Amino acid sequence: MGMTISQKILAAKSGKDHVEAGEIIMANVDLCLGNDITAPIAIKEFRKSGFKNVFDKEKIALVPDHFTPNKDIKSAEQVKMLREFAKEHNITNYFEMGRVGIEHALLPEKGLVLPGDLVIGADSHTCTYGALGAFATGVGSTDLAAAFASGKVWLKVPEAIKFIFNGKLRKWTTAKDIILFLIGKIGVSGALYKSMEYAGDTFTDMPIAGRITIANMAIEAGAKNGIFHVDDETVSFVKERSNREFQIFKSDPDAKYSEVMEFDASKIEPQVAFPHLPENTKNISEVGKVEIHQAVIGSCTNGHIEDLRAAAEILKGKKIHKEVRLIMLPATQKIYKQAMKEGLIDIFIDAEAVVSTPTCGPCLGGHMGILAKGERAIATTNRNFVGRMGSPKSEVYLASPYVAAASAIKGYICSPEEIVKD
Amino acid sequence: MKGKAWKFGDNINTDEIIPARYLNTSDSLELAKHCMEDVDPEFPNKLSVGDIIVGGKNFGCGSSREHAPIAIKTAGIACVIAPSFARIFFRNSFNMGLMIFESPEASEKISTGDVIEIDIENGQIKNETKNETYPVRPVPEFMQELITSGGLLEYIKKII
Repeated sequence: MGMTISQKILAAKSGKDHVEAGEIIMANVDLCLGNDITAPIAIKEFRKSGFKNVFDKEKIALVPDHFTPNKDIKSAEQVKMLREFAKEHNITNYFEMGRVGIEHALLPEKGLVLPGDLVIGADSHTCTYGALGAFATGVGSTDLAAAFASGKVWLKVPEAIKFIFNGKLRKWTTAKDIILFLIGKIGVSGALYKSMEYAGDTFTDMPIAGRITIANMAIEAGAKNGIFHVDDETVSFVKERSNREFQIFKSDPDAKYSEVMEFDASKIEPQVAFPHLPENTKNISEVGKVEIHQAVIGSCTNGHIEDLRAAAEILKGKKIHKEVRLIMLPATQKIYKQAMKEGLIDIFIDAEAVVSTPTCGPCLGGHMGILAKGERAIATTNRNFVGRMGSPKSEVYLASPYVAAASAIKGYICSPEEIVKD
Repeated sequence: MKGKAWKFGDNINTDEIIPARYLNTSDSLELAKHCMEDVDPEFPNKLSVGDIIVGGKNFGCGSSREHAPIAIKTAGIACVIAPSFARIFFRNSFNMGLMIFESPEASEKISTGDVIEIDIENGQIKNETKNETYPVRPVPEFMQELITSGGLLEYIKKII
C-alpha cells in the first residue's frame, strides 16, 4: 500500500521505510517553535524536569509575537523568560522586537522551513507550513519542552482526506474563500486528526501566500496538518530564502485516502463565516445587511504583501465609513517595508485606517484592537469563537481582505463589487 | 474517581475554557480562577473539587494553549468525558496529566448533576444517578506508557 506525502515525511523522520495510519511514532523534528504564550510553560517544564541542554540551538525558534510589543507587566515577564532562555542556551532563532513578525509568516520568510521538514510548534496554526510541502503540526507546551530536550515528538500517523479544486477563481474570490468554503462544507471537526491534502489546477498558479492561507486554517477543520505538493513556485520561494538542502516528497499513486472530495473552484463566491464558528459560512450574496464597528486585515492567515495589496486595491482613493475602525496588520517587518515601498501604507492612512506593528494582537483578543460588548468586527483572521477578539458579547465575522476592506468602507459586510465597478 | 457532572455542548473551544485575555500569565492558580468562564461566567464558583466535565464532540478545539487543561485540572476537575477531543487538547491532557475519557454514550446520557464514577480498570463510566454504565474507548498502549512513566517529560528522560 502506498503512502501519502504526510506519511512519507513521518516515515523518513522516524527512520522507517513505511508507516501506517494510526501507528504511533517517535520522530525527529527539523524545527520546533514556541511563542510568548506557550514557550513560558515549556521553559518552566524543561527546567523543572532537570534538563540542562537543548538538543540543537539552531532548530528551536522562539517568537514573541502574541502580546508584543509587551502589552502589560505580566506579558513583559513572559517575553523576558524567552529572552533569557534563548541567551542561556545560545538559541539562534530568537526574534527580538524590531526583528520579530507573526511566527507563521516570519519563519517561512526567514527560510527556516523547507519542503519535507517536520515542524512542530506550540501554536495551533503551525499547520501553516504545509504550504511549503512540510509536515507541520501544532502541539502543546509539554511537547515543546520534550522537543527542546530531545528533538523528538510522538505523533499518531494520520489518515488523509484529499481535496481537489479545479477551475479558475472568480475576480473577488481568494484562497481565503476556498478554505472558508471548505470548512463550511466539512465542519470544524470534519478533518479531525487527519491530513488535509490539496490537489488540482486551481493551485497551480496560486502564490505561496495563498497556499499559506489555506494550510493555516487546517486546524479550524480539526486537522492535524494541511499540505500542498511542492512545485516550481515552492522551489523558487524557498531557494530565495535558504541554502539548506531539502527533500521533496510525493504521495504515491496508490496512497489510501479516507475520502476524496472534488470541487469546481470557479463556482465559489467570496465567503463570510458568521459567529461563533468558522464553519458558519455564507456566500457573500446571502449575507444580508450586517453592520460592523471594526475591520481587521492581517494575521498569520492574511497578513502577507499579497493580502495588503488586495486591501489597497479596494481602499485606494476611498475613506472608510465614519463609524468603522480599520486596523491593518502587516505580518512581518519585511512585509511592512515592502508595503511602504509600494505606497500601500499611504493608501491605508489616507483611507483613515491605522497601521500596526506586526503582532497577533487583536486576532486572539490580546491587545491592539479589542471589541467592547455588542461590537461586531469583520476580520481576515482565522477564528470567530465567543470572545475571540474581546468581550464575550462581541462578534467576529471571517472573510478575505477584499471583503473586509469593502465592508470597512460601507460600514456593513459587503462584496467588493459594491465598491469597485469593473 | 467519583464526582458530580457538569454538562457542556459540542465544540467547546480553548478560548471558552481559558480566554486569551488571561494568557499573560502561566500561573496555574490564576488560570484556574477563569476556567470555562466564557461558556459560564459562574462556573469557577459553582464547581467542587472532584467534579467531572462532560463535553460534546470535538472538546477543546482551537488553540494549542496547554493553559486549557491546566486551568481545568487546577480548578479541581477530576476528569473530562467527551465523545471526541480536538487533537492538541487530547495530547496536552495526556502529556500534562489531566485524565480524559472518550465515550459517546456517556456524553449523550449524562446530565448535569448526575453522580459519575470512573472505573479505569474495567474501562467503564458508571452513572449512579441514572443507574447506567457506559463503555470508555480504550487508550492506545503508547499513551498508557506515557501515563505510567509519569508524563511525557519523564518518558523522554528514559529514552534520551
